[in-house]
Formats: sequence, structure tokens, C-alpha cells
Amino acid sequence: MAEVRDGLKYTETEEWVKIENDIAMIGITDHAQEELSDIVAVAIKEIGTRIKRGESIATVDAVKAASDIYSPLSGEITEVNQNVVSSPELINHSPYDQGWLLKLKIENPNEISFLLEKEQYDERH
Amino acid sequence: MDNTIKKTPFYKRHVDMGGRIVEFAGFYMPIQYKGVIKEVGAVRNRIGIFDVSHMGEIKIKGNDRDKFISYITTNDPITLDEFQEQYSSMCYEDGGIVDDLLIYKLPDYFFLVVNAANTEKDYNWMVQNKKEDVTIENVSENTAQLAIQGPQAEKCLNGLFNEDISKINYYHSTITRFCGIEMLVSRTGYTGEDGFELYFDPKYALDVWDKLFEEIPELEPCGLSARDILRLEARYCLYGNDIDKTTNPIEAGLSWITKLDKDDFIGRTAILRLKENIKRKLVGFEMNDGIPRKGFEIYKDREKIGVVTSGCYSPTLKKGIGLGYIDVPHHKSGGVVDIKIGEKFKPGNIIKGAFYRRSNGGS
Repeated sequence: MAEVRDGLKYTETEEWVKIENDIAMIGITDHAQEELSDIVAVAIKEIGTRIKRGESIATVDAVKAASDIYSPLSGEITEVNQNVVSSPELINHSPYDQGWLLKLKIENPNEISFLLEKEQYDERH
Repeated sequence: MDNTIKKTPFYKRHVDMGGRIVEFAGFYMPIQYKGVIKEVGAVRNRIGIFDVSHMGEIKIKGNDRDKFISYITTNDPITLDEFQEQYSSMCYEDGGIVDDLLIYKLPDYFFLVVNAANTEKDYNWMVQNKKEDVTIENVSENTAQLAIQGPQAEKCLNGLFNEDISKINYYHSTITRFCGIEMLVSRTGYTGEDGFELYFDPKYALDVWDKLFEEIPELEPCGLSARDILRLEARYCLYGNDIDKTTNPIEAGLSWITKLDKDDFIGRTAILRLKENIKRKLVGFEMNDGIPRKGFEIYKDREKIGVVTSGCYSPTLKKGIGLGYIDVPHHKSGGVVDIKIGEKFKPGNIIKGAFYRRSNGGS
């Protein structure tokens, strides 16, 4: 069974978000990494890039398929996890901790209400 | 669960053993068990098992079967000995490919193994082109098929059959018994490794599966993803990706199974004409940066010259590999083309032949 973690918010497209003040840390869910299977490459947009909610912020390449990762919120990318770029398998092994993808500065806090709570995300699985 | 989607006789074991089930070609099939890299590695280094019961099987009987099978396929099945096999294709009159298939010459009939998604289409095509004394029987539902592949396949399997299966040559077969169950055992596969394919009555399916796992502890169950990667590393075509009704065998690199010198066959006239003016070729290319995927466009000097038909990350070679049609004259091996990935162009090096070749001979 895929892990769903407390304290995070989720999207219908299988991203998770951890919000601390005006910074959102973003990654993909345990379910998503299971579906993708062995991840071999990750490309993340550069620091400073301004992203609208729903736009692609990263591409995750698994052996068999590539998957776009969509931004759960609008904002400016402030940090990129270089460890997953050099060791993409971290996403498979630790999707909620070492496998985070990037952080962004939240531009529009009202959008947070569009995210799924853990219970809502749970119901979908 | 959708009841119109079929299950193979091994379905229960796929679920029991943790296979992730997807719908493929009208069947519920395991796409993977423990992970594609693990499964590919098991087949390349040890031994893996695939349920390939979704594949279609068609028997061709009757006194005119030799003439008929030669007329509907592009290779030359007349040259086959009994218990020998041949990779072949069937074409439409315009040279487009109906399907690619394996032809077994057995003492009383030809046994054809076709792609799961094409079984009905192929059967209907054969019936439509039937000649004199020929009977065509779709036996797909009465046939369980397993592929056991990997360098340890011979060692692990030998001793489990009534016959010494190490004596079966590549692309040959025998009918023998496994735990008393009659099977057609052939030395064939779709992985680029040594291995065997077993055909038998589906009522014994679970017994055979369980016995194999009992006798071969290192046996790794493998899913469709691993199968697709293994076949691409070995540079085998996949119908629906690399070949279809809009491609002909010459541009697909299948001239070696297209015997234009034999008696007339369906598609021959068109292929002879097409051969004189081939506009594109199916090529293999490797990428050190980026992973090609089906549908990506191929460029040379910012001009579109082709499209990717299959692509993946090769766990064996640790790089991106792909097949695609490239316009002549940009198709030549040694050439470098640009694969468009998102908004970026990344180099693809065109190579000759298979991406992966096993070290201990064979092809």
C-alpha cells in the first residue's frame, strides 16, 4: 500500500505540498512513484522561474515512461533539490523526504484551498 | 472489473504474486511485479518468466497448407523442416504490414503465433484469402503460453522435461512432457537472451506455474514493461509501434524476412515497386542525454526528418535507446540526429543492429 502522509496537502495529479509560511515544498506521492516505477532522470525548472498553478515544473523520466509534474500552486522557484537531479532513485526510495523536488515562494495563498487534504486524497485511492 | 476484458489462465498468480495489473490488448496483464529494472536484470543475468498467453495462436491445416502459408506470408516457410520455426510477416496488397508472426512447422499443421491485439484481424485476413484445401482454426483460447528467458534458462529447465531440451536448437521446437503435461517447447523468445517458449493446455496453467517456481527458486516473474524494454534492447520490432499497416517490410528493416524471389505472395508486387524508392528507414539510435519516447520528433539542422516509434531508458546499457523512421538519406548509421524532447533538442547517435547482444552467441 502506498503511504499517504499526515501534514501534507495533495493534488489530483499526484503531487504533494508541504507549506511552511509562504514557502511550498513540492514532490510526488508514494502512489505516483510506484506507478512510474524505476525513475532514472529528473529535469526541474530553474531557480527564479515563475510558475502558474497547473503548469509543468518538472519532468520525471522512468524507464518506460516520462511524466510531467504540475505545479500545485503559483509562485517563484526558490530552491531545487540537486540530490534528486543527480540521484533520481531518491524519489522511489523516499518520495516524501529525500525525494522532494523543489520549493517555491507562494504568490497567491488563496490557491491553497484548491489543494486536497489527506482525507480527501485518501478517498480517491 | 470490465467483463469484456479477458484474463489469461495465470491471472490469479499475477495477483497473488503482487503483479500490477493493466489492460493490454483486451487482457488483464501484469505490467510489472517488483520493478522493471529488477526484472530486466533477472532476464539478462539469470532467468525470468513471462505469461504471454494473450498472444494469438492459429492452426493452418489441410493439403494445400504449404502453398497457402507461403502465399500469405513474406518469408519462405516452404524451406522449414518439421519442428523448425520462422519469423515472418503478413502484408496487405499495398505492402503495408498486417502483422508480424512466428510460424511453426509441425508434422500435421502450421502453428502461427500472432500479436494479441491482432488475433481477430489476422484470423479474418487468413479466412478472406483462403485457398482450396486449407482449414484455419483460431486456438488462442485453448492455448496457454509462457516464455522463460535468460542465460540460466537451459540449465534450470533441463531435467524438468521428458526430453533433453538442451538439444533443441535456436528457432526449433519439440513436443515433450513436463510433469506429465504435453507441451510444445521451442527455443525462441522476444528478449535477446537464450530461452524457451512453452505452449500447452490452459487447464494445467496454474500447476505448471507453481511447479516452475518450486523447481526454480531464482525464477523472476516479469511483466509487460520488462518485456518491452528487453525486446527494444534486442532491437526487435513491436507491431503498433514500429510496424503497422502504414509501414512496409523494406523500410522497417525486415528485408531479411521478405523473400521477393519466391512464388507470388500477397504484397509482393507492391513491395517490389516500393523497394525501388524507399523514402525512410527504421533506425536505432542511442542517447547519452535524454530518453526518447514514442511520438517524439526527429530533426536534422532544425528540419523535421522523422519520428520516434519506440523508446525507453535501457537499464542494461544505462542510456536512452529508441527506434524511429528517418527520411533517407539521413538514416545512415554513424549519423547524428536531434531528438526533440519538450522544447530541447538532444543528440541521438544512429547505430547499426541491436543495442544489446548477448555474449554467448546466438542472435
